[in-house]
Amino acid sequence: MIAQHLPILQIVLPLMAAPVCMVIRHPQVVWIWATLITFLCLPISIALLVQVMAEGVIVYELGGWAAPWGIEYRIDKLNAFVLVIVTAIGAVVMPYARRTVDTEIPVSRVYLFYTMLLLCEAGLLGITITGDAFNLFVFLEVSSLSSYVLISFGKDRRALTAAYRYLIMGTIGATFYIIGVGLMYNATGSLNIYDLSKIIPELGGSRTIQAALAFLTVGLGLKLALFPMHMWLPNAYTYAPSAVTVFLAATATKVAVYALIRVTYTIFGTVDILEIVPVQDMFMVMAVIAMFVGSLVATYQVNVKRMLAYSSLAQIGYMMLGLSFDTITGVAAGIVHLFNHAAMKGGLFMALGAVAYRVGGVRLEHMAGLGKKMPWTMASFVAGGLGLIGVPLTVGFVSKWYLVQAALEKGWWMIAVLIVVCSLLAVIYVWRVVEVIYFLPASKVAQEAKEAPLSMLIPTWVLIGASIYFGIDATTTLDVAFAAARALLGDGG
Amino acid sequence: MRQKIILRVISKFLIPYILLFALYVQWHGDFGPGGGFQAGVIFAAGFILYAIIFGVATAREVLSATTTRFLLVIGVLLYSGVGVAGILLGGNYLDYNVLADTPIGGQHVGIILVEFGVGITVAASVITIFCTFAGRRPEEHEEEYGEN
Repeated sequence: MIAQHLPILQIVLPLMAAPVCMVIRHPQVVWIWATLITFLCLPISIALLVQVMAEGVIVYELGGWAAPWGIEYRIDKLNAFVLVIVTAIGAVVMPYARRTVDTEIPVSRVYLFYTMLLLCEAGLLGITITGDAFNLFVFLEVSSLSSYVLISFGKDRRALTAAYRYLIMGTIGATFYIIGVGLMYNATGSLNIYDLSKIIPELGGSRTIQAALAFLTVGLGLKLALFPMHMWLPNAYTYAPSAVTVFLAATATKVAVYALIRVTYTIFGTVDILEIVPVQDMFMVMAVIAMFVGSLVATYQVNVKRMLAYSSLAQIGYMMLGLSFDTITGVAAGIVHLFNHAAMKGGLFMALGAVAYRVGGVRLEHMAGLGKKMPWTMASFVAGGLGLIGVPLTVGFVSKWYLVQAALEKGWWMIAVLIVVCSLLAVIYVWRVVEVIYFLPASKVAQEAKEAPLSMLIPTWVLIGASIYFGIDATTTLDVAFAAARALLGDGG
Repeated sequence: MRQKIILRVISKFLIPYILLFALYVQWHGDFGPGGGFQAGVIFAAGFILYAIIFGVATAREVLSATTTRFLLVIGVLLYSGVGVAGILLGGNYLDYNVLADTPIGGQHVGIILVEFGVGITVAASVITIFCTFAGRRPEEHEEEYGEN
């Protein structure tokens, strides 16, 4: 009986657990409760992925109402994969969060922190799982509102302005998305994504549909911080509490990328509109600019957290570049990079959280000489950094290999060169930190630093370990990504 | 505004009717216009009128911060709990048909419970928002950290 209800349990579990945190209120008990819930969510998503890979699409009708009228959850290979990414990161972040929360969140608000974290996870999972364009908007708001609150928890007062800026940009994004959904509803009379994908081709490239596509892409572009709509991201990541940065960096933008894939490939996938309006070309230009601007700005950051935030912009560029190829290899590279980047960046931000916990800051001067004081944490940072560069045997290499391959398949060797050049920029910013960590004497603040506690080291190494493991043996992730890409584009694609 | 006798008497006279009307909108929602959201707002409006006339502190004696926080949670859990009840009784999540002997009866039971959950949470949220802005000092603001 449980098996058939797994899709809804995936959402309802964190959604119902969040308000319960408000009743419990005791910091430690709330933490145990939230951790338990995220541990339960992970096996559910894995079970769903296994089932989808074996038997195909799972459809779950809410309230027993059939699809175009009722809301349905529709799980295919793509969103099952994204569900696993989100729940896995959630399950790793929760155990990690306890120590950082002790130093970063006032005791009286700890329960609110976990409430919001669970709500955010529920919202992100909801965006991923739902098959209804309007329902997606509702979950988009659930996850966004909770992430604004989470960012504003940051100890630095600038967290408030960062959260406020994200609130403004995020609200504009969500509004644009809902305007797009409204236009589609106006033209088709349907809100169901699968239904829309069948009706919209019949309407051809009417002005309403074109406007809808424009609003949807810009709205989601704001959410996923695609250049030049990224201005909210660096500050939000820099000033948010450590655990929040890890969670958001590894999941929120990924889910937004997923939503954009849904819109461009599922809803508008079969329409000539993509030829009338060259969305893919625009994506490619913006992606390449994002890669270069993100990496270049990252090279002169003094705050390492901010450096990684800019590097995230570049990595989002890689994902979008993959999507813009519009070929199976390209889209698969983009999808697999969702997972790969979540593992690397999650691990890197976790290592920084450990530095903030032990040393009290994450600027370059704080990290001076930490190589001897916190060897394991710093080793994980280096391993993650190698992944960002794309060194063989890391997941970063896998993503870039397939991106380059996709570019060459299309004969766009310029793009392939640009990918490689951009990786060299990553060498610069990662090396700057490595140099400070290993070749500078420990600064005053770093003198007394000790190795990070195990409750932080283990989650960090789980993610970094995953980024190495799936770099050596990428068959699992690539199989899923290619299967998802094939399903999206149709075998001919 | 305690000293304005007209305001005091009239609002005392009106508040019970406002609350009663809120309950009417709540329970009559599945037959006529209305429902949980409207009812919750109307109920909260009655409470806020009391707070404006007699002071937020007096109003908070009726519904303390702890109570409203608890109500916020109860409403959400009632809504989602009805959904889970649907699963336990053999339907899908939020399937009301299985909640009673006949599908129509089930739909009635389901929508009334769900809307009641909405009503509770909306009323509690509006009251909380009002009291947060109206209250002069933050209710809890001790910046205390666990370690370090």
